[in-house]
Amino acid sequence: MNLSTTLTLPRAKARLGALLFALAIVLAPWLLGHAGGNAWVRTLDFALLYLMLALGLNIVVGYAGLLDMGFIAFYAVGAYLTALLASPHLTSQFAVLAAWFPQGLHVSVWLIVPLAALLAAGFGLLLGAPTLRLRGDYLAIVTLGFGEIIRIFMRNLDRPLNITNGPKGIASVDPVSLFGVNLARTQDLFGLRVPSVYLYYYLFAALALVIVFVCVRLEHSRIGRAWVAVREDEQAASAMGLDTKRLKLLAFAMGAAFGGVSGAMFASFQGFVSPESFSLNESIVVLAMVVLGGMGHIPGVILGCLLLAALPELLRASLGPLQQSLFGQVLVDPEIIRQLIYGLALILAMLYRPAGLWPASRGGQ
Amino acid sequence: MDTFIQQVLNGLLLGSLYALIALGYTMVYGILRIINFAHGDLLMVGALVGLSVLHGVQGAFPHCPGVLMLLVATLVAMAACALLAMLIERVAYRRLRNAPRLAPLISGIGVSLLLQTVAMLVWSRNPLMFAQLLPLDPIQVTPGPTGAITNATALTTIAVALLVMAGLWLLVEHTRLGRAMRAVAENPQVASLMGINPNRVIVLTFAIGGALAALAGIMMASNYGSANFYMGFLPGIKAFTAAVLGGIGNLRGAMLGGILLGLIEALGTGYLGQATGGVFGSNYQDVFAFVVLIAVLVLRPSGLLGERLASRA
Amino acid sequence: MSTPLLQIDQVRKQFGGVAALNGVSLTIAPGHVHGLIGPNGAGKTTFFNVMTGLYTADSGRFMLDGQAYAPTAVHKVAQAGIARTFQNIRLFNSMTVLENVMVGRHVRTRNGVWAALSYHRRAREEERETEAVARHLLDYVGIGHWADSRADALSYGHQRRLEIARALATEPRLLALDEPAAGMNATEKQQLRGLLEKIRDDGRTVLLIEHDVKLVMGVCDRISVLDYGTLIAEGTPQDVRRHPAVIKAYLGGAAHV
Repeated sequence: MNLSTTLTLPRAKARLGALLFALAIVLAPWLLGHAGGNAWVRTLDFALLYLMLALGLNIVVGYAGLLDMGFIAFYAVGAYLTALLASPHLTSQFAVLAAWFPQGLHVSVWLIVPLAALLAAGFGLLLGAPTLRLRGDYLAIVTLGFGEIIRIFMRNLDRPLNITNGPKGIASVDPVSLFGVNLARTQDLFGLRVPSVYLYYYLFAALALVIVFVCVRLEHSRIGRAWVAVREDEQAASAMGLDTKRLKLLAFAMGAAFGGVSGAMFASFQGFVSPESFSLNESIVVLAMVVLGGMGHIPGVILGCLLLAALPELLRASLGPLQQSLFGQVLVDPEIIRQLIYGLALILAMLYRPAGLWPASRGGQ
Repeated sequence: MDTFIQQVLNGLLLGSLYALIALGYTMVYGILRIINFAHGDLLMVGALVGLSVLHGVQGAFPHCPGVLMLLVATLVAMAACALLAMLIERVAYRRLRNAPRLAPLISGIGVSLLLQTVAMLVWSRNPLMFAQLLPLDPIQVTPGPTGAITNATALTTIAVALLVMAGLWLLVEHTRLGRAMRAVAENPQVASLMGINPNRVIVLTFAIGGALAALAGIMMASNYGSANFYMGFLPGIKAFTAAVLGGIGNLRGAMLGGILLGLIEALGTGYLGQATGGVFGSNYQDVFAFVVLIAVLVLRPSGLLGERLASRA
Repeated sequence: MSTPLLQIDQVRKQFGGVAALNGVSLTIAPGHVHGLIGPNGAGKTTFFNVMTGLYTADSGRFMLDGQAYAPTAVHKVAQAGIARTFQNIRLFNSMTVLENVMVGRHVRTRNGVWAALSYHRRAREEERETEAVARHLLDYVGIGHWADSRADALSYGHQRRLEIARALATEPRLLALDEPAAGMNATEKQQLRGLLEKIRDDGRTVLLIEHDVKLVMGVCDRISVLDYGTLIAEGTPQDVRRHPAVIKAYLGGAAHV
């Protein structure tokens, strides 16, 4: 038996797989754009934002077992921070700031992203601290309450000082500008015309890859094992010397940080933030992605995310025309059908596949 | 002083509604140790079913007295929600009795989404007008132009809620069925050894909870004049807060918690609004309930009337 | 006599009106296997839980290896050097056998988030060492070749040993076992006894709550007997076997053994 060939053959296969995967990532927007135009690539961009959120929530729910139903609050924190630091809103409301920043507030993305991560992590600690002694379902409701409180504040902090501009939201948020390249404009790169949505795709894909890397490294580390231990049996984990409170806070903070980064990207991408983007429904969507995909298992979360993010577009593209041809009109808004599917999916998942569509398989029998 | 009385009246109205809904939460929790996330949406279904029944009755019997029509609508809605609650238990919760605790909660979220979506389909997304068949003429409680006022609808709501709560109390404390419910809540296995069928009791508990939620829904719609597919969410969360405030699993706690939360919300919003000149007023009303929820769960998780847990390190 | 490894004086614990523990004291010498027995409801598990920080005592002094320790936080007790197992085996079921023991190493290792992300040399070394120690402990308790199975795939007896291996991974000064023989048949009990003797012979100190009197008499160096929250006897197995208060508590009334 030639040891070197038996060792290199599977490794060669793995290398080939990785190469194909990398190729797919690089070519994705071109393939999708060719098939469905910029709209599909834009959907892909949003899917990546959701992916970052889902990976963050996966740390909290999937690894540490803490059912956070107010996760979207961290998305909101990152988004509003970006909106405040990179739009005309604050300078138009407060003359002091307009005087200090005569060119307007245009904080660079390089500063905003770490700030968003830090601020969101701080909120994560703040919101997590009171929940440390709470059991699963109580924790869920309390975090839901926190999420709603943040949304209500965002909606109402236009008096006495107009900080968030209330229900109208903040517009004209600066797009991302990297190395002098403005991602909101089509650019000519390497002889190709690259539309804005493609540019954002590469940025989000890169960020998502970083987050995936962080999660994978954490999963197979002392901290990752500790989180799973806390999730499985908190008292036993304590008895083995694990400081479960600190571990839970760490999970909250890390998950929140990812949420904040995603929110910052969302604000720059959409150019506009309003409180209604951060409702409980959004928290549930992200939760559904984690739960349905495979709690605690990164490939599962990616699968769940892509499925659920692509779903509304697919439905719109298929059910709209289908209803037109069958009934002559669109009887049921595809949005409603999407929500129906979410609801059914959550119930069915709990009944038949509580570990998700693609769960982690740890160990053999 | 007038503000105080006015807010107390408002608070009692809110509180009666919260108490009715909280009873459903607390009964299900007492028996199954799960939070029925879809409970608030049963309120919504009750209100919308009632609305449809009212339309139907008004169309068929236009000369029927308003109160009678409302009564019919209420009874039908209560029956419908009782059945719906039983169905939810059967489909979404029964198989998950021994699953990890998050599973029924997530399943409940799914049911909630489903109910809202179906409501959107059947009754459309827009708020619908709910016929206010009880008199709305202001009743002066304290004299003068700034005196506290109420109306017959509000008073009826409070009275009906109190009656229902008394009735439920009698049922649970003084009947065989009530004893069976309490037995299953304590220990289902032992109860079944005594010849009680736990499944029957559980199904019945869901049914009663559903009926009460429907009643609350109709009363709410009667007071505010409208109903829509999302109307159950906030009252549901607040009623859960009320149940926790009073001590979850405890009937008297749910009643006390409901009334108390209503009063806190009304008085708090009223005075905060006065104190800040309207800046932080009714638009922050919902925050009160959430703050109370967090405070209770952090400071005294067993609630006001709940059992004290053994002191742990 | 050298410093006792564990010295607990006059622990009191009341639950409502019931005095679960009535001034119980316990001293364990290093390298001993010390048994704690008593009829059901005597307070053994309460004492255990108080000692490991799960309950807060109303009063009492706790000394481990000559130093006072405050059993207020469960994880701090483990950090101080008391590792326990549970009566109803509490493993981390979705993790592998090896990972369960590796979690036991958590309290004696340091890799944090930064170490996980940067995977620098010291971090890698610690990971390797954690795995090596875990595998060694699995071999030590005799379930080495199950290392990569899921924890809940093991037989009951093997799960028990896994729990002990996990506790040993925390490098405890005192290994506290809560009814380890519960639910075992005679063969499994024999094997457990062998393991306990091996642990003792390697210099560990063990506290053992047990119902199986034969096992306790056979493996323990000293035994304390509780009844109704009070210590009624303490000594070698021979002493305890003949102690009139013990006989009365177990058999009710005078009897000859």
